[in-house]
Amino acid sequence: MNMLLKNREALLVVAILALVALVTLRFPGFVQPANLGRVYNDTSILIILALGQMAVILTRCIDLSMAANLALCGMVAGLINVAWPGLPIPLVIAAVVALGAALGSINGLLVWKLNIPPIVVTLGTLTIFRGTIFLLTGGQWINAHQMSEAFKGLPRADLFGIPALSWFSVLIVALMFVVMTRTATGRAFFAVGGNPHAAVYTGIDVGRTRFLAYCLSGALAGFAGYLWVSRYAVAYVDIALGFELDIIAACVIGGISIAGGIGSVPGAVLGALFLGIIKNALPVINISPFAQMAISGMVIIIAVAVNARAERRKGRVILKKAEAH
Amino acid sequence: MLQDTTTSRMKPAIALQGISKSFPGVHALSDVSLSLYPGSVTALVGENGAGKSTLVKILTGIYQPDGGTIRVDGEEMHFPSASAAARAGVTAIHQETVLFDELSVAENIFLGHAPRTPFGLIDWQRMNTDARMLLERVGASLDPSIRLRDLGIASKHLVAIARALSIDARVVIMDEPTAALSYKEIHELYELIDRLKADGKAILFISHKFDEIFRIADRYTVFRDGRMVGEGLIAGTTQDDLVRMMVGRDVGQVFPKQEVAIGEPVLTVSGYRHPTEFEDINFELRRGEILGFYGLVGAGRSEFMQSLIGITRPSAGAVRLDDRVLVIRSPAEAIEAGIVYVPEERGRQGAIIGMPIFQNVTLPSLTRTSRSGFLRMAEEFRLAREYTSRLDLRAASLDQDVGTLSGGNQQKVVIAKWLATKPKVIILDEPTKGIDIGSKAAVHAFMSELAAQGLSVIMVSSEIPEIMGMSDRVIVMREGRMVGRFERAELSAEKLVRAAAGISETAP
Amino acid sequence: MAEAQVQTRHIPDRLQSRGSRLLKSWESLLVVVAILIFVANSLASPYFLDPWNLSDATFNFTEKAMIAFAMALVVISGEIDLSVASIVALTSTAMGYAATQGFDTPALVVVGLAVGLACGAVNGLLVTRLGLPSIVVTIGTMSLFRGIAFIILGDQAFTEYPAGFSWFGQGYVWWVFSFEFCLFLGFALLYAVILHMTNFGRAVYAIGNNQTAALFSGVRVARVKFTLFLLTGLMSAIASICLTSRLGSTRPSIALGWELEVVTMVVLGGVSILGGSGTIGGVVLAAFIMGMVTFGFGLLNVPGIVMSIFIGLLLISVIALPILYTRLRRRMGH
Repeated sequence: MNMLLKNREALLVVAILALVALVTLRFPGFVQPANLGRVYNDTSILIILALGQMAVILTRCIDLSMAANLALCGMVAGLINVAWPGLPIPLVIAAVVALGAALGSINGLLVWKLNIPPIVVTLGTLTIFRGTIFLLTGGQWINAHQMSEAFKGLPRADLFGIPALSWFSVLIVALMFVVMTRTATGRAFFAVGGNPHAAVYTGIDVGRTRFLAYCLSGALAGFAGYLWVSRYAVAYVDIALGFELDIIAACVIGGISIAGGIGSVPGAVLGALFLGIIKNALPVINISPFAQMAISGMVIIIAVAVNARAERRKGRVILKKAEAH
Repeated sequence: MLQDTTTSRMKPAIALQGISKSFPGVHALSDVSLSLYPGSVTALVGENGAGKSTLVKILTGIYQPDGGTIRVDGEEMHFPSASAAARAGVTAIHQETVLFDELSVAENIFLGHAPRTPFGLIDWQRMNTDARMLLERVGASLDPSIRLRDLGIASKHLVAIARALSIDARVVIMDEPTAALSYKEIHELYELIDRLKADGKAILFISHKFDEIFRIADRYTVFRDGRMVGEGLIAGTTQDDLVRMMVGRDVGQVFPKQEVAIGEPVLTVSGYRHPTEFEDINFELRRGEILGFYGLVGAGRSEFMQSLIGITRPSAGAVRLDDRVLVIRSPAEAIEAGIVYVPEERGRQGAIIGMPIFQNVTLPSLTRTSRSGFLRMAEEFRLAREYTSRLDLRAASLDQDVGTLSGGNQQKVVIAKWLATKPKVIILDEPTKGIDIGSKAAVHAFMSELAAQGLSVIMVSSEIPEIMGMSDRVIVMREGRMVGRFERAELSAEKLVRAAAGISETAP
Repeated sequence: MAEAQVQTRHIPDRLQSRGSRLLKSWESLLVVVAILIFVANSLASPYFLDPWNLSDATFNFTEKAMIAFAMALVVISGEIDLSVASIVALTSTAMGYAATQGFDTPALVVVGLAVGLACGAVNGLLVTRLGLPSIVVTIGTMSLFRGIAFIILGDQAFTEYPAGFSWFGQGYVWWVFSFEFCLFLGFALLYAVILHMTNFGRAVYAIGNNQTAALFSGVRVARVKFTLFLLTGLMSAIASICLTSRLGSTRPSIALGWELEVVTMVVLGGVSILGGSGTIGGVVLAAFIMGMVTFGFGLLNVPGIVMSIFIGLLLISVIALPILYTRLRRRMGH
């Protein structure tokens, strides 16, 4: 039955290949390595965020505040850069990752210590985080010319012909793969979502595990915040508005069960890539970019229907026809 | 009571002394003591709510006691968490719910204490080989890498036991381990328990079934209302003694079966079948009759009954009620036609926890208590009062959340709910499962009364005394098929067990 | 344990009178909050107590609240509909398109209602027929419905509506009472009756508390849920008619983010997000509170986004504070 688990990802790989093939029929240039690299680079931030969301969803929670967290951390990164242009970028990144984790820990604490439903908590913090950006800036934008070259340049920095942004996401994917498969905390995410009651008896603190998942998603959102702002070289209140839904969509497409306990790092990555390819393919095959939203909506619905079919328990077969003598 | 000489000289593996635990408004345990000895099985018996599960949770570190001491090998210890209890060698094997369906067998065994590589990462390879060894020790040749959801209940039990061995437990708690097992699987479990005993494990065995207590346990401890009311050697006691201690009074296993003149056929089921769950179900149910459906757990009885009321669709078959051919596609249609089903899983399918008693009772009868779709509370209270009082419900008020009642009283509410629809046929699925002896007697008495009033009753039960005590006729099912029919006069426990287990009749 | 002591055969209907229960309820807490905010507003700004200003203030919540009534029922039944704002957008777009084709006002209303019902039916079918979790389904249809609106609209806007159409969002029934406000009151009453006084409402509670047991008890679960999604579609359409009429235009970003405000209103109103409990009265109070906060801040020239911080804090704190309070009291008691 490990096959079935692999099949879920295999199915997604097939769907992605089919999608790429379809696009290539209309626009042969799409499969050129340079273009595929561009598509991946463009999807990097979504991949990082989807991995954070995956950890949260695995524990039967949800984080609607990720995009707002990203926006706030991105803005703070920009403000730091404007205030101290000479500050080394790794320090800026460390600061916003810490800030993101702290914001995530607020979600986590409310879910853990007060038992407030995750959807309510993150709905609340979503508006609070965005509002805080406004309080910090008074609605002002930070534009490209205000940012230092080092700040803007890092995501574009070239290593072996591939931009650093892509390398960052590859690094996060590798790290998350190790965390999810080889560490006690990573396995606890699965256990807590799969059977919270049993997790308690196994000595796992359910609330604390959820808290950690929120810290993780927050930290990744913080990191993504720097990447977003430096890549697009602009920061304002509404960056990544509504992006939380793309993140959840990537997870759902990637086969991560909204009921918790089921999912994988490759699944989340593939789910994000699927969305990224659609987003990048539409303009080149002359479909109006306005259709993108409707298409991702359809994809989410189809993905969840397919997943539900795969997850549906086969009924206990009582009649043993094959064995009947 | 027989003098307990064998174990008094032995040192207990774990000893609880003066344990108390209270929750807001409830003393769950008061001044309870319990000792478990190496190589010995202690049965913990008591009615639901006697404090057994609270004790298990204290032993496994889920709850912390308000007072009292826990000594492991004479040394006082505290279990602030489940992992602390596990480190001290105490582990519990719960009913099937306490494993992870989506994780692999190996991980289910090692979750929380997996072998690590030198870098502190989980060592999957060693985990799988270690798991295979442990599984072999409990006599299961399972692939450690398959997902747990693909195993049967019996295999899941073996995985749970392998888990207990993996932490090198010295104290193993088994909480109703046979509840979902088949006859054959239960016997395999007995053998395994014998092996654990031989290994010197101290075993706490919690069960409602006296036959297995007397088969497997060496000692007993009886709880009543959060207190320990008796303990000793199984060899020196009888079932009646235990029951008397449990309820604090004499209760004979007397079934209040009334003699009723059986009338004409009411319900006729013919050629009923389902693609995967059951086939060839044919029977007649008569007025005033109690028809027992006996079989092992998983014989397809509940699946058939649920199909009869429209939860699942049969592939073929005809149902006639009072000479009218019925096509039932939903429970709503079944209720309308006069067939009601009191489900087995009270908490999941029966009671609506979170809603008041009266609203639970009137839910299927709302068309009668309402006027053109509008609720009439006074009518609802009247209906709820009428039926709950017939069942001798004990509650503070009818406006009380049904979830605050004991299991037995919840079951009374559930039965009242379906009875209030004034059915012609009532199907009771394991009507006394997991409820206290007092409520059991009330349910049995009421069932008899219903039959005497001309209602036709189908009773699905896996308890032989209940089936033999209450039924006019018995149908036995095995693996989705009807394998035996018995009149009351020809009933014997042996015949029932043989039919249900598929053991052919030996020469007399 | 408790019932062991109760040996009386007669069981009373209720131990607490309905009045005393009401006093201890969430709704009475909301009333207190509402009064406090009202007083604070009138102290903070001299313009607040002007009847016309108050009347204007109602537009802040009437449209969202109408959706929130249907949403409350959906949430009580244990589901959620995140696509409501997108239904508003699609409905508005459809009406805008129809207006360019020369439809008159009654025909536009029919188009709007039909599109809303159709969207609700799509959600309902996906949830009841395919058995999919509504949170994911409606995240999908949220993209789908607004996406279709995008395809039709592009970066354009519809601004040509027939003359009579503006009455829905701008007309007054009597003195300061706008058509929208009266509609809001009417629907509040209607939904309160449906939820609290009918068999249908009882079924909604039963499904939210225990869907399986409700099904076994003869509740037609799928039919009830389908109806609820139809209702949110319909109410979103009605809100869309009001909103479009009030704004006089349809832009791609119409009602963006409303789903979160509607859910906030429902949760603030005391409806359990886990299903099974809540009242329409609570939602009405929550609507007033949110409207007054928005309006009061508006008078003080506080920007909208800061108000959203307040709403977010309010949402979390109204749930957190009672929990903290009981916990604190228990600790003191020990």
